[in-house]
Amino acid sequence: MTDATFLLDGEEVPFQPGQTVIQAALSAGRYIPHLCYHPEFKPHGSCKVCTVKADGRLVASCTLPAQAGMAVESDSDEVNDLRRTLVQMLFAEGNHFCPSCEKSGNCTLQALGYDLGVMTAGFRHFFPDRPVDASHPDILLDFNRCILCELCVRASCEVDGKCVFALSGRGLTKHLVVNAESGLLADTDVALTDKAMEVCPVGVILKKRVGFAQPIGQRRYDPQPISAQALRDAPRTADGAGKCTACEGKE
Amino acid sequence: MPKLKVATTSLAGCFGCHMSLLDIDERLFPLLDLIEFDRSPLTDIKHCGPCDIGIVEGGICNAENVHVLREFRANCKTLIAIGACAVTGGLPAQRNHLDLGACLSEVYLTEGGLEHGLIPNDPELPLPLDKVHPLHEVVKVDYFIPGCPPSADAIWKFLTDLIAGRTPKLGHGLIKYD
Repeated sequence: MTDATFLLDGEEVPFQPGQTVIQAALSAGRYIPHLCYHPEFKPHGSCKVCTVKADGRLVASCTLPAQAGMAVESDSDEVNDLRRTLVQMLFAEGNHFCPSCEKSGNCTLQALGYDLGVMTAGFRHFFPDRPVDASHPDILLDFNRCILCELCVRASCEVDGKCVFALSGRGLTKHLVVNAESGLLADTDVALTDKAMEVCPVGVILKKRVGFAQPIGQRRYDPQPISAQALRDAPRTADGAGKCTACEGKE
Repeated sequence: MPKLKVATTSLAGCFGCHMSLLDIDERLFPLLDLIEFDRSPLTDIKHCGPCDIGIVEGGICNAENVHVLREFRANCKTLIAIGACAVTGGLPAQRNHLDLGACLSEVYLTEGGLEHGLIPNDPELPLPLDKVHPLHEVVKVDYFIPGCPPSADAIWKFLTDLIAGRTPKLGHGLIKYD
């Protein structure tokens, strides 16, 4: 154990050496909104939704090592406004048509929008053209909803050892690709039991024929908002790493 | 207190949001103590006069939608986009990644059983826009109520907040995108 602490919104949060700010916060039962961060994988730092103001600088808390005495501001109007804008941009950039999406109610992006009070994407919608990949007999890929968080990329490489997914292109043309000569999921060794199948925070990687087995209204973020659900799911190990309860339940 | 004047319309929508408004059931009576309807499918008034609140369902898919939306913006002090279509383009906007000409050809010319098909071109018909737009891409929108449709409880909470002079806030369980 260590006595080292930092201040999160004025309250002391203990941490272990090597822990990031978000790991320490979640271990201590303090919620910081996040999207591409997942306790079982290396931080990616791409979505920036977990941005906090640490000693006056805006920085992603999933990649920021906790340091004694640091003053971190998270649940403030200024930081939440920035997070709201990030979520709005994600909604404007893809085709996030919740009324027809079977992930609705289980979707992290949607739940974040609800919790942050995002009433509109605000920006001009891109309406990109992104055909789906329905080649696999058991799995559907709907790229319309991809937010480029790389969780499936990380899960497939780090856990499954298959590297089925990757991101390709840069800037506006960046997109999720499938590691097969044909580019089709049917020509990979992906399996329903893969870790990559359970980590997609939005509705890109879907198991076929079970879409509405769990009814709308009885889904993950229906009983309570993501700010409460994320704390229930967060690992309570001392170093903040380890399995999250959300994934354990699925295995 | 004089009653607030409220106008409503459905553009590229399905009237589902209007049905959800009616779904506030017996709360319509206290609501009607506070407001009166101007232009609305409920009154069949064709053009709106000066109003306090305009509630617009549906996105913008044709030239007439643009005219109606501008009429609402010009006459309503507060303009509310209600429902997924008004807020995001919604279902009609699912054609946005397709070419409009190709869509019309598919539906009226090349689909099976359409040997003598014609693309409708009556001057009475408003011309479709190349893309479907959410309202905020055409005029300034003051408030947004997402949902397909927003629940009656969400509409009630939003309107009672607004009429009482509070900043409308839906909160968990009422804010929904689906």
